[in-house]
Amino acid sequence: MKHLLSAADLSRDDAEQLLTTAAQMHDVQRREVKKLPVLRGRTVVNLFFEDSTRTRSSFEIAGKWLSADVINVSAKGSSVSKGESLRDTVMTVAAMGVDALVIRHHASGAPAQVTDWVDATVVNAGDGTHEHPTQALLDAYTMRTKLGDLAGRRVGIVGDLTHSRVVRSNLILLRTLGAHVTLVAPPTLMPSGIADWAAAEGFSYGYDFDEVLPTLDAVMMLRVQKERMTGGFFPTPREYTVGYGLTRDRLRVLPEHAVICHPGPMNRGLEITADAADEARSLILDQVSAGVAVRMSVLYHLLGGAES
Amino acid sequence: MERPDTAVPRPDAANASGRIVLTEADISRALRRIAHEIIEHNKGVQDLVILGIPTRGEVLAQRIERLLHEIEGTDVPVGSLDVTMYRDDLRSQPTRAVGHTSIPGDGIDDRTVVLVDDVLYSGRTVRAALDALGDLGRPRAVRLAVLVDRGHRELPIRADHVGKNLPTARSERVSVRLAEHDGVEEVRIAASGSEGIR
Repeated sequence: MKHLLSAADLSRDDAEQLLTTAAQMHDVQRREVKKLPVLRGRTVVNLFFEDSTRTRSSFEIAGKWLSADVINVSAKGSSVSKGESLRDTVMTVAAMGVDALVIRHHASGAPAQVTDWVDATVVNAGDGTHEHPTQALLDAYTMRTKLGDLAGRRVGIVGDLTHSRVVRSNLILLRTLGAHVTLVAPPTLMPSGIADWAAAEGFSYGYDFDEVLPTLDAVMMLRVQKERMTGGFFPTPREYTVGYGLTRDRLRVLPEHAVICHPGPMNRGLEITADAADEARSLILDQVSAGVAVRMSVLYHLLGGAES
Repeated sequence: MERPDTAVPRPDAANASGRIVLTEADISRALRRIAHEIIEHNKGVQDLVILGIPTRGEVLAQRIERLLHEIEGTDVPVGSLDVTMYRDDLRSQPTRAVGHTSIPGDGIDDRTVVLVDDVLYSGRTVRAALDALGDLGRPRAVRLAVLVDRGHRELPIRADHVGKNLPTARSERVSVRLAEHDGVEEVRIAASGSEGIR
């Protein structure tokens, strides 16, 4: 495995191995000396063309704990704001002799495009509305810590499916790991062609959250992306909450053993109530903590060995 | 190298080749002697921590711990120390799976750590283990116990407790098989196979 561009790049064995290694990395995270020498002498560049706090900082910490040299380049304050193209920016950075580029870009497919231009390993840290594979890995990792093997488990992904890159990566990875996935969204936020997609990939979808809720082992609430909500997708935030928010009433219907995930940042009171976010069953903070371990595992598997 | 990559039995486990140099009884006697040596050297079992290097070193460490308990009647902390990420040959091979590290709750600071592995060969695994220990704390002393010392050291490292000194040629292969992992209990030596030097 040279790049990680899509959750579809991972076979079940790959995914299992990444998650197993992540568990070992998680142990390292609890040690006093959080440093492993595996990527000594390697350079990782975080190239973020979109704002991000948790993804960028967790990639940065992951790289540093593996002893790589990590450099952050953000679009603001770089030549990108002077009008440099993606290709020129990437080639310039790569020409300095970096080993890996971690790329977040607003255009779907940008990281895949970059692999044609540079020799370095490319990790997709979120591209447009396409994919965010490391988020899917950390979601799966976190769910596994509470639910065990995900094969046969039922996971509901609820919310703004149209604008979410998390949903595609999660769907693919959860299917790879053998889980049953149900997508739930208001009709305006359901991706077009969902029927064909669901039939081809073998997952289910619906518009009624309350019908799906009692059957779930895990519920993943997606953020309502206010910055992308310009098309009148729902009449009022209140109406969204009533139909698709994880409210106090719905918490009572959710099975006792089921866990709650949210990729963050949360809109408390909109897609998730404060009660749900702070519940014991909520894994939201575990997800953040797992983020570093999972990204360490990804960087280790991509850069740790000889090039094959 | 002398270390297996994973817990999976080696491909040659089914069609065993070569000659047996240690039988089940030999292994059992060697471990018992090592346990006695550890106690004698440490003047008891106080402040000892036994750490096995996965996969087979981990099994041996647990057996030694049981023997120590049997002889002295006290529990000795036992754990495992994976050295994969401290190896010096990571770059020359495809990415290896990371093994399991578990350090007993009280840590290793100011304790005497006994590292346990199955075969001592180049010494590079032990060097990696010493580096890994350095990141986990500062033991008062580190000792090394191995079931087989087959020579050909590439680093200035020696074992404190050795089950069996086994003169070998570099081209020969030494395979340790333990009941917990391989279903059989024996140490074999074979002429070089297609797998290369072990």
